[in-house]
Amino acid sequence: MSEISPAEWTAILLSLRVAIVATLVATPFGIALAWLLARRDFWGKSMLDAVVHLPLVLPPVVTGYLLLLTFGRRGLVGGFLADHLGIVFAFRWTGAALACGVMSFPLLVRPMRLSIEAIDRRLEQAAETLGAAPWKVFFTVTLPLALPGVLAGMVLGFAKAIGEFGATITFVSNIPGETQTISSAIYSLIQTPDGDAAAGRLVIVSIALALGALIAAEWFARRATARLHGN
Amino acid sequence: MLRVDIEKQLGEFSLHASFSSEGRVIGLFGASGAGKTSLVNMIAGLLRPDRGTIVIDGETVDDTAAGIHVPAWRRRIGYVFQDARLFPHLDVAQNLDYGRRMNRLPSDPVQHRRIIDLLDIGALLGRRPGRLSGGERQRVALGRALLSKPRLLLLDEPLGALDEGRKLEILPYLVRLRDEANVPMVYVSHDAAELRQLATQIVTLKQGRVTSLGGVKVLM
Repeated sequence: MSEISPAEWTAILLSLRVAIVATLVATPFGIALAWLLARRDFWGKSMLDAVVHLPLVLPPVVTGYLLLLTFGRRGLVGGFLADHLGIVFAFRWTGAALACGVMSFPLLVRPMRLSIEAIDRRLEQAAETLGAAPWKVFFTVTLPLALPGVLAGMVLGFAKAIGEFGATITFVSNIPGETQTISSAIYSLIQTPDGDAAAGRLVIVSIALALGALIAAEWFARRATARLHGN
Repeated sequence: MLRVDIEKQLGEFSLHASFSSEGRVIGLFGASGAGKTSLVNMIAGLLRPDRGTIVIDGETVDDTAAGIHVPAWRRRIGYVFQDARLFPHLDVAQNLDYGRRMNRLPSDPVQHRRIIDLLDIGALLGRRPGRLSGGERQRVALGRALLSKPRLLLLDEPLGALDEGRKLEILPYLVRLRDEANVPMVYVSHDAAELRQLATQIVTLKQGRVTSLGGVKVLM
């Protein structure tokens, strides 16, 4: 198999950029939501939980279309952001990052939520009796103990984001150098008569990235267990 | 020192306790299920009474009629739980330092040294809680609570999770603590022998009610 061409590198690097930005932006929201779902009871909690999981079960093309309606130039949110803050999502790599962030969000939140739920609340009480205000309890006890789960969620979210296809291509199309990620590049290549070799190379890159992410997530999960046992 | 007059409904169980004490070590005595832990949790601020008042060292920390409820983290109490509850992600030294950091107290190497010596935990400082024995864990928990400079120390069956041998290992430290640390304590136990050794005053709790109040003689 021959070497990776500049065009393929562009798609790979764009995918990495999109997935990294999507993951980093989604993480604080993911932690906040995971904490909310794990630690608080409030009206509409199961509804919120369902909405978060929606991208997992909706056809990706539907999610992409909804993003287009909402964040497109003429969309309610998209129009406002473009006019007032100069942030444009439609047909830009930022839009691809948004689509990937939304699609990977359920996978990102889940390990975070599980690891927060697994923390012994009595440790948080102990911290409180030692003079820690609730936000300090969160940053000195809850978050450090949940850290392996948080990292596992980031890794899984990243892996999902880098492979996202349906919602991305629906929302921001398939523009080389701007919105053409590995997945959309493979899609284009297999429809091109001589694209097989190039598609094959990108397929291998995809598999390597996904496998690497899964192994990393597994490793973080094992670290989490060791950490909770205080070894 | 401590004045408690509270009511709390916990499912089927009702707790209605009233006592006040100037004792240096108040022994809270009763069978399991008598409401001792709930009562201590209310003094700590982890549980909110339905009705009543709690006054620690002259400060009203709970007064339901006046809408006062000082949260646990502002009460300046130390709490030693039956299951030490050391932070598993911190080593012993960091566990000991936690209360000082959270309360933004200046470091006090003299007191630090004194408490570490008092509890004989100097050799454990670099270890993680997972590498400590039950007795060692409980000594570190005592040190951690004391180093947050509490005005009242709550000990909820601190020997409860230990076997007889370990109990005898910790008991002398508790006696030393009582005589040297200068912090008033509430000591919860269902073991009369333990309380006879440690307490200066006894509050007996039975099915959520205070049934007697007095010197250690009430345990005879």
